[in-house]
Amino acid sequence: MSSLRTTSTFKLGMWLLLAPLCLWLVLLIILPHLELLVFSFTDPEKDSFTFGFYQEFFLEPLYWRTFVRTAVMSIMATILTLLIAFPVAFYIAKMLKGRSKGIVFAMCLIPFWVSELVRTFGWMILLRESGVISNFLQWSGLSDGPVELLYTDATIMLGLVYTSMLFMVVPLVSTLDSLDDSYIEAGYDLGGTNWNVLREIVIPHAVPGIVSGCIIVFMLSLGNYLTPVLLGGKDSLWFTEQIYTQFITRFNWEQGSAFGLLLLLLSSLIVWAGLKISGQSFAKTMG
Amino acid sequence: MKKLNTLSLAIVLASGLIATSAQAAEELRLLTWGGYAPKEVIDLFEKETGIIVKVTKSNNEEMISKLKATRGAGFDLAQPSQDRVASAQKAFKIYKPMDLSKINDSQFIASMLAATKGQSTVDGEVYAVPHVWGSSGLIVNRATSADITDYTDLCKPAYAGKVTYRLKRPTLIAFAFAMGEDPFAAYSDVEKYTQIMEKVGAKLTECKANVKAYWSGGDALLSLMRSGETTAAMAWDAGGWKLNRDNADITFVAPKSGALGWIDTFVLPRKTKNEEGAYKWINFVMRPDIAAKITAAAGNFTASKGSDDFVDAKAKAQYQESFSAKDIDNIKWYPPVPAGLEKIEGKILDRVKAS
Repeated sequence: MSSLRTTSTFKLGMWLLLAPLCLWLVLLIILPHLELLVFSFTDPEKDSFTFGFYQEFFLEPLYWRTFVRTAVMSIMATILTLLIAFPVAFYIAKMLKGRSKGIVFAMCLIPFWVSELVRTFGWMILLRESGVISNFLQWSGLSDGPVELLYTDATIMLGLVYTSMLFMVVPLVSTLDSLDDSYIEAGYDLGGTNWNVLREIVIPHAVPGIVSGCIIVFMLSLGNYLTPVLLGGKDSLWFTEQIYTQFITRFNWEQGSAFGLLLLLLSSLIVWAGLKISGQSFAKTMG
Repeated sequence: MKKLNTLSLAIVLASGLIATSAQAAEELRLLTWGGYAPKEVIDLFEKETGIIVKVTKSNNEEMISKLKATRGAGFDLAQPSQDRVASAQKAFKIYKPMDLSKINDSQFIASMLAATKGQSTVDGEVYAVPHVWGSSGLIVNRATSADITDYTDLCKPAYAGKVTYRLKRPTLIAFAFAMGEDPFAAYSDVEKYTQIMEKVGAKLTECKANVKAYWSGGDALLSLMRSGETTAAMAWDAGGWKLNRDNADITFVAPKSGALGWIDTFVLPRKTKNEEGAYKWINFVMRPDIAAKITAAAGNFTASKGSDDFVDAKAKAQYQESFSAKDIDNIKWYPPVPAGLEKIEGKILDRVKAS
């Protein structure tokens, strides 16, 4: 009898503890998505079921090309971020000790204390035709006229890599931290070169960190709105911008909802494909 | 333990006090444009009426989208442009009719008040009264680009990479006028309108090489023109006059085919919680001396009768330099936008951007 009572109070307590989380999930995540789903299948004029808004995505080349462009650029940004962040993370986790480790790690963090908008404006001041870098190049004689570095795809890439750097460094540092130095020493003792040690010991150990970092960075880049809009030029198209225009300037919520759900679906598909190719499971990388 | 109890009691009491004091202060939630509710005016209003004004800055599309999302709740007074009142009301039912007896109409320029009432009437009810008016046209650096006198001149090969405009509906309308069409007359004729827009789209695609960047916010435009990175732009008159204060070469020019005139209005969101406060605010800001303060902050003139006497001389001189009497007659005022045009324009704008 008493054991029954304790389990039932335990259950009640557990549900009470879970309640905020469940409310959060249902009210703020699941319900809005269901509403989007309903919107995207409703023809507002006849109030009937329609596939039209999804058809529009596949039939109008502009929309799916924008999506492909966004996905390809996000993948490139992810790879670049990984290539830059890996040595940084390795240096922080393995070469530095004690206080200097904390200081360097904090230096990676500090830029993220300011909002993304401010950082993006910072880049604009540096890169514009009448900006700091252009003026420096002219002053130093490396260029005889003003140089425009803003409004290109390369600028978008720079902005994306910069904004997502931290989200790659943190998971990498924590996985590399857990790698015992003696394995690396053993690798060298057995006659391994730098490349061997990196390929056979460090990278295999860091794979969960690499994969989770890549997923975060990819999703952040794909869903970024500010950076492509502010740094991109007149040809730059970003899929989130399309969603924004459909919702806000066209008052076409149905089309916007369809785009939003397609973005969710297609990006999940890309992440799933990435996990399959790298032979990782979602549970393992997140666990 | 006792200490803890008194502490928690104090916290409860304090939070109760905060809650009641928050209820006591009357609040007016205003959805408006940058510059239309300067701090000085808000403070004067609070001193006189005790109402605290909370300002949210926005633009036409965002105002309508926000009110559409909440079905007209969340704000007590909004300021969309005149051409966006009747159509949004018909499509989304987000506004509440105005009680004109609560408004002191002797403070308004009579012709403007009549025009706005006429254009914002749906099913016999008036939904808007005018506040600030202005125009879109050209901002030109006269030192380098004096020969730009109409929108299509922005596409002259001599100015490759030196011009900027927005990729939005005013640009489409402006280019249509400059190309000899009358898009406003075609508003009700979907086929004709689509045809005109396609022609304009082709022109804008061809013109794309000339564009340095499509500006989207007022600050982006000002820094492009101020730094000399661009020498001509399609933009609002107030932006041109603001630049003119720093650099006499740059100013607003009314284009040959006509500046596009807009009037920003006052409307009541359908679920406004402080209608009385909203009328008080309208009557307050339409006083000539207060209206002149708004002109100073926003750069545009208001529909307030007699406020010209309070506006500073520089602003008046700038206005007269940009607009001759003939230019004023030539202003093309936006008629109410019928629903559905946004979709036609949107496709064209998307294609221009993607080309």
